[in-house]
Amino acid sequence: MTLKETEDQIIEEFSMFDEWLDKYEYIIELGKSLDALDESAKTEDHLIKGCQSRVWLDWKKENGTLVFSADSDAIITKGIISLLIKLYSGRTPQEIASSDFSVVEKIGLRENLSPTRANGLVSMIETMKGIATANL
Amino acid sequence: MKVTDIRKDFPVLDRKLYGKDLVYFDNAATSQRPQSVIDEWNRITAQSNANIHRAVHTLSQECTDAYEDARNAVKDFINAPSREEVIFTSGATASINLVAYCYVEAFVNEGDEIIVTEAEHHSNIVPWYMLCQRKKAVLKVLPVDDEGQLKTELLDTLITGRTRLLCVTHISNVLGIVNPIKDIVAKAHSLNVPVLVDGAQGIVHSVVDVQDLDCDFYAFSGHKMYAATGTGVLYGKKKWLEVMPPFLGGGEMIETVSFEDIKFAAPPMRYEAGTQNFASSATLKQACEYCNLLRDNELTHDFEQICLSMENRLKNIEGLKLYGIGRPGRPKAPVYSFTIDGVHHEDLAILLDKMGVAVRSGQMCAEPVMTRFGVTGMLRASLAPYNTQEEVDAFFKALERAVAMLR
Repeated sequence: MTLKETEDQIIEEFSMFDEWLDKYEYIIELGKSLDALDESAKTEDHLIKGCQSRVWLDWKKENGTLVFSADSDAIITKGIISLLIKLYSGRTPQEIASSDFSVVEKIGLRENLSPTRANGLVSMIETMKGIATANL
Repeated sequence: MKVTDIRKDFPVLDRKLYGKDLVYFDNAATSQRPQSVIDEWNRITAQSNANIHRAVHTLSQECTDAYEDARNAVKDFINAPSREEVIFTSGATASINLVAYCYVEAFVNEGDEIIVTEAEHHSNIVPWYMLCQRKKAVLKVLPVDDEGQLKTELLDTLITGRTRLLCVTHISNVLGIVNPIKDIVAKAHSLNVPVLVDGAQGIVHSVVDVQDLDCDFYAFSGHKMYAATGTGVLYGKKKWLEVMPPFLGGGEMIETVSFEDIKFAAPPMRYEAGTQNFASSATLKQACEYCNLLRDNELTHDFEQICLSMENRLKNIEGLKLYGIGRPGRPKAPVYSFTIDGVHHEDLAILLDKMGVAVRSGQMCAEPVMTRFGVTGMLRASLAPYNTQEEVDAFFKALERAVAMLR
């Protein structure tokens, strides 16, 4: 699936929820089912600090694509991370660098991305973009 | 007076969030404004709006009057000996920084010491850290015990001949303990050390009499005591304000200016350089009046019952740890910070928001307190007298549901 197709699929999935809490219940499930990052990978180097939640992001290059793995101590943030990994992991640097990452907003989770030091998610997206740009 | 009598004064309390009635439990960060405060700000903005202290025209006079009336109101509210000892700032942070630059700049030298406590907000740590960096001075810390109470018995050994200032919060924004400021000041003064009190929470939850406390400085914000945001006060004893150099230079803080010599104005003007936030500062008058109204006996009694029920029910939740335990003489204000085993504070705060409940989560600008208790963050529910028992019930219903979703 192309990045665009995956985005559309996720937006479609989220359009089914009328209730805010149902949406979050789903994200919590995503968070719980995402494999935890190996404790040895949760290093200071990989840590993106926020006032609220902590995010760890690791990556490697594989056959011209970037493979991301990430974790958080907060389950909702981890659920959103799982969406980001589904979207962007295994893509080429070109694909990632050209994305506007607006899908998170489109599924109604914009408040999780407020540009404050509140959580590590915004920094995680910025870091992913930076890694993609550096590998172009 | 009943809580229903005052709730109608706060328009925002009628809001609905995601179809649910708003439960506003983030009062320790910003309290809501009563109509009288909103009206005063609107009146000045819509009808007067002219620069204060400068012009002779009517609009300027009206704004000056409103601004200076607020100074009188604050003076009475904290029982300051004179209005010249009440300086308007943009908030408690600015008030503390003013002291860090003016008072301490004049009195601290290399090797001197500043004492802060482990329970401080960053606003009462960072300015002192910066000062110590500038002056090569030493920052010392008075710790808290496992219940969040200051270990005041350590003051005797902590204070030395090099100690120049003790900085202590009246009520910690995390732990909510009302610290025994009067005793702390007496102890420090007996050892010739002046005291700055961070009153950002204290001004809301206790009757502050700066002469009785005898503190040298008392700093607080307007937006936590029902006034407009961007307002604050520094009370300082005249003996310090008269000898301190100014912080910011500019309009209205001078007496005479030539390129060779400048004489500074007397306090409080010396410390109020530049155009002030007069429309907002003026609302401190209505805010002080409202705080006095809230001291109604019946209302206070009912609010205490609500807070008691809040605290007891929190303690009964399995796996919940409440930080800051009151004791006789050092009671707990309605600032309830807690963690729940196996559940992240951010997740809880997000879900509570979706159920209409506004609480604070995270480090709460007090990372050293988080470190002290070995957590990365907490959830904080802070109440104001306009909160109701129904809201407490709604809070617990939402909390239980959120915990069930997350576990």
